Amino acid sequence: MIRDFVYLRPGTLDEALALLAEHQGECKVIGGGQSLLILMRQGLVSPAYLIDIKHLSELNSIRLDGNDGLSIGATTTHRAIETSGAVKAHFPVLAEMEQNVASIQTRNWGTIGGNLAHADPAGDPGPVLIALDASFKAASAQGERTIGADAFFVDYFETALRDDELLVGIHLPAQQPKSGAAYEKFTIIKNDLSVASVAASITVDDSGKCTNARIALGAVAPTPHRAIESEQDLLGQSMSEELLDRLSDKASQAAKPISDIHASEDFRRHLVKVLTARMVAKAWKRAIAST
Amino acid sequence: MTVNGQFYEVYANPKRLLVEVLRDELGLTGTKRACDTASCGACTVILNGLTVKSCSVLAVQAQDAVITTVEGLAPGGRLSPLQQSFLDHGAYQCGFCTPGMLISATVLLQEKPNPNRREIQEGIHGNLCRCTGYNSIIRAISAAASGEQRQEGQ
Repeated sequence: MIRDFVYLRPGTLDEALALLAEHQGECKVIGGGQSLLILMRQGLVSPAYLIDIKHLSELNSIRLDGNDGLSIGATTTHRAIETSGAVKAHFPVLAEMEQNVASIQTRNWGTIGGNLAHADPAGDPGPVLIALDASFKAASAQGERTIGADAFFVDYFETALRDDELLVGIHLPAQQPKSGAAYEKFTIIKNDLSVASVAASITVDDSGKCTNARIALGAVAPTPHRAIESEQDLLGQSMSEELLDRLSDKASQAAKPISDIHASEDFRRHLVKVLTARMVAKAWKRAIAST
Repeated sequence: MTVNGQFYEVYANPKRLLVEVLRDELGLTGTKRACDTASCGACTVILNGLTVKSCSVLAVQAQDAVITTVEGLAPGGRLSPLQQSFLDHGAYQCGFCTPGMLISATVLLQEKPNPNRREIQEGIHGNLCRCTGYNSIIRAISAAASGEQRQEGQ
């Protein structure tokens, strides 16, 4: 049963930030509400004020910048990202990831900003955006600041946003030449929340050696996080089975999974190992095939 | 909000869900309320051209929206080709998932007029049939896409 709240519908981002400053600590911001409403119905969250930003068109956009970086506004829906030509052309891994987020109905209404601010450790966009070295733009009535994707998630369902701050958008830097990325999640039922997930982004030089690597693990710790030792193992190396075996072992050790109804800790570590080897190999192959 | 072509002015507590307003205020009980956690899809409606789960949308967020519920698929009581096809193929057992299935399939056929089996499966992925009658549902959608449904009265 949802408890009563005061509904606030700002007409602009500035109005939203003013309301957030006024009611910080006793309000929640709602985008599509695809996660928030479930928590409110369960009585886990019962804000006195609900600030609705879903309709703010100034935050609803997907824009390529001059250098082929991509900016996505916070109220952009999952479905808009999934079907965007610019996303498919420049960051195909993002569109692939979105195809497997929940159901069409949820993707039609749920927003990327809401998903990230909800900070479910099993969420899909987090690991992919960390692997792509994205940055998040936070705004408050005081001004704006940028938070790196891997610093945004600080604990279980907690982000680096202050109480008076709103996530207004994300920015993806242009991909280096000869780069590729891949993401896969293991689920019990297709498109369900992940039991474990891995995203990898690889850049290679002309001889096929790895010059840059980012690997992010999802659903195996309180937050999505990088497997930094595995990334370091890749630098300057050529692809080999031994290398994949070694770095995926390290990723499995870097994971801090729990046992729950869906999987044991051991099984989650096994999934991290399998998915890391698979995603690094896939991203590498895509990097070599790209221009 | 405009529902099935008719404009409604509704006063509701902001915590009321779209499915509650559709069913309890407007009397449009074709839309079903089942899992209440955005899992089953029985409450699916078309909102500004896109399917959403009306158990997971605040009614106040749908202000000014254009909505189609299952009642809107059969204006004047004439079944749509897709509805006729569901009848032809017995694409329901208990019938509880049928309104949501029809809504999702209607939008699927608007976006992809000739879907293959896999595209149909993906199109109704967000709708559960607890009777597990998926095969007849997929056959019905496929037949409607090829215009194979019977004419009324036949």
